[in-house]
Amino acid sequence: MTLLGQFALWIALLIGTAGAIAGFSGKWQERPALAQAVIRSVYAVFILMVVASLALWKGLISHDFNIEYVASYTSRNLPGYFIFSAFWAGQKGSLLFWALVLSLFASLAQWLSAPRFRPLMPYVAAVTMSVVVFFTAVMVFAANPFARLGFTPADGRGLNPQLQNIGMVIHPPMLYLGYISITIPFAFAMAALLSRQLDTAWITAIRKWTLLSWLFLSVGITLGMWWAYVELGWGGYWAWDPVENASLLPWLCMSAFLHSVMIQEKRGMLKRWNMSLIVGSFLLSIFGTFITRSGVIQSVHSFTQSNVGYFFLSFLVATAILSFTLLYTRWDRLAAEVELESMVSREAAFLFNNLIFLGIAFSVLWGTLFPILSEAVRGTKITVGPPFFNKVNVPLGLLLLALTGIGPLIAWRRASTANLKRQFTFPVGFGLLTAVVLAAAGMRDWYVMLALGLAGFVVGTLLQEFVRGTSARHRMYSEGYGQAFVRLIAKNRRRYGGYIVHLGMVIYFVAFSGMVFKRDREATLKPGQSVEIQSPFGHVYRFTHMGISQYEALNRHVTAATVEVTRDGKKAGLMTSEKRQHVDSFGNPTFEPSTEVAIRSGLQEDVYIVFAGAVNGTEEAVYRFTINPLVWWVWFGGVVLVIGGLITMWPGGGGTAGIPKRSQAGYEAQLAGAAAE
Amino acid sequence: MKQQQQPAPVAAPPQEEQLPGGGVNGSLREPEAAGRSLERTGDRENDPVVVGVEHRLRCTCGCGLDVYTCRTTDFVCTVSPRMHREVLALQDQGKGPQQIVDAFVATYGEVVLMAPKPVGFNLAGYLVPGSLLLLAAGALTFYLRRREMVAAAERPKTTGPSARADGATQDELDRLDRALREDD
Repeated sequence: MTLLGQFALWIALLIGTAGAIAGFSGKWQERPALAQAVIRSVYAVFILMVVASLALWKGLISHDFNIEYVASYTSRNLPGYFIFSAFWAGQKGSLLFWALVLSLFASLAQWLSAPRFRPLMPYVAAVTMSVVVFFTAVMVFAANPFARLGFTPADGRGLNPQLQNIGMVIHPPMLYLGYISITIPFAFAMAALLSRQLDTAWITAIRKWTLLSWLFLSVGITLGMWWAYVELGWGGYWAWDPVENASLLPWLCMSAFLHSVMIQEKRGMLKRWNMSLIVGSFLLSIFGTFITRSGVIQSVHSFTQSNVGYFFLSFLVATAILSFTLLYTRWDRLAAEVELESMVSREAAFLFNNLIFLGIAFSVLWGTLFPILSEAVRGTKITVGPPFFNKVNVPLGLLLLALTGIGPLIAWRRASTANLKRQFTFPVGFGLLTAVVLAAAGMRDWYVMLALGLAGFVVGTLLQEFVRGTSARHRMYSEGYGQAFVRLIAKNRRRYGGYIVHLGMVIYFVAFSGMVFKRDREATLKPGQSVEIQSPFGHVYRFTHMGISQYEALNRHVTAATVEVTRDGKKAGLMTSEKRQHVDSFGNPTFEPSTEVAIRSGLQEDVYIVFAGAVNGTEEAVYRFTINPLVWWVWFGGVVLVIGGLITMWPGGGGTAGIPKRSQAGYEAQLAGAAAE
Repeated sequence: MKQQQQPAPVAAPPQEEQLPGGGVNGSLREPEAAGRSLERTGDRENDPVVVGVEHRLRCTCGCGLDVYTCRTTDFVCTVSPRMHREVLALQDQGKGPQQIVDAFVATYGEVVLMAPKPVGFNLAGYLVPGSLLLLAAGALTFYLRRREMVAAAERPKTTGPSARADGATQDELDRLDRALREDD
């Protein structure tokens, strides 16, 4: 099977290269038959990637430890679902997974978008094939997942214990889907530039694919936070690690695009800017991959250092030069159809929103690369950790939160003073009321009060928008309030789905601010001994060490320490944290012992217990007890965000119908209609 | 008659060492499976000054975490417990938080700080993002103001107290805005 897999990769490389060349030259020389050949090559490469992937999965499932990748990431006693997910656990397998998913997306793009964007499709196919060819070349020449060992070990090394978590079965694919799918809007952008068909059509295709990519990335990042929280045991979910930062960069760039694309759709403005953002999102996705896979920056998340970094760096530089050169040559064709009329308009608010998104992206990138820069300039190694990122990014985040509330309140084109007064009174009042209530409740952390006050302002904005919309439907169509609310969203999914996404972001911000009040304590307890912690919400938790038990599980020795928890004197149950010593099928230890955290999640706060270990081999245990406020809301915010994103993406319901109306002529027609009423 | 030698009685462990649970005196069946044997923690491990200092220092094991987080997270690392002991030793010498941090910088170099000191070239790290953003915001404001003025000058002049420069009344603009909002 490995021979078949390797063969499939080589054939894919050849077909992909030939297809890409045929696509570019066929379209360039206006030879339709040649241009169509690339589309067939997309499907062929996808089939070949499926064959290669099945070959690797076959090797994993059949424990073919002669394959270096299988021996490195699995063992005979590894549970089945982790054998399945070991496919993307290592550098080489994840490259194959990347190529598989990219070829799938490339095929889907051809299948779904061809009827509407036929003239662009050969170029779209050629660009996607070029990217697939790059990943295939990396595998074939530098990171072959089918490489064989000179001997066959009796058992494999097994999967890193921290990867033996259900979060790691779902989180990496989601993140990869986000990283990979941005290739499709990039391909459409390049196709529009190459074909000089820079009308409104390309933006429709790009927006939908970007939204999909943004959604996958959002889910991937949130699942990554969840995995870090439940598995790593440090009690937090975001550490500003370079690899975490790398995933945030394209997300921020795409978020900026999804806002500014509305201005292009409505007003025919910002075409150059939007094109640049799409190119930037793709490049940042490749940059993130480079950071993760090159070992250039130290991170607990990165793959082992290898020479694939040079491939990615070369690809990144070449793509940046080619795409920005192409953009430059089409610069005049991307001129705005109308000019901005007022500083006090939604267009201007969106521009400032874009500025903040990119400002945060730049500061994250700057902080991530600053250690390298410092070493190059001063010859001194420095660390840029969470205190730096929090100091620089929290104020920017709060500015963004404020703009989340301001944007929807300002009218398109030009807002009058009366309009502003009518729109802002309730949200500002709601925000101020929130801050006053918090102050009255005894909160004195001004940063948190500002964050929660702004969150109140945004919630006020959203409430006002939903209430006004629902009331209008109730009046106009005599619908009940419930029905009017549902139809309001259903009839205008993009707008109200977007508001639900904003609500998800507000929930995130509120949850993040909760971590300021985190409490933790280390304690050494003998069985029967207790320790107490008061939570920020005033609850008193008492933790009583019940004892330690040891037992064997499928692929590990487990040492479990159990704690009885009471909250305000009432029993809250037993919580068990574990030390796990993973072993291979012969009972030999495979990794250092790992810790499994015990978590009890609640709406107010999480109880988070880490069993550090035993004292001198007895049942006397060392623990870290942590009370993490509002963490549950991070996951809930993620769910709300995804629901909002799905509503926005759902076909129909006020999608792109607005595009023709965005021209000046459309405006005038609306005005005339309004005047005639 | 030779007195029969009795086996010496096993000394009973002190009361506080008698632990319930499996094995003799509560000892674990497989201590090595529970990871590295740990020392008892005390009040000093929770001392806010010590914790505060350790949050400012990076564990040099390569995990990227600060000393406090590392030593209370994976419990396999031997570097962060050693650095913790160094913090305690420096505190025992009567050093304050900043002096302890300075002593670590002197020993390990600037890389031991979780965030670089805002001096010299490091200032660029802190100031460049905010400064660039301010510059960009200023440039954007200037550009928008200019566009606004150009647009105002290009609009046809109309007369009458209720007429707008572009020929639309406020009511019309509001209605237009509402109509457009339905297409958002």
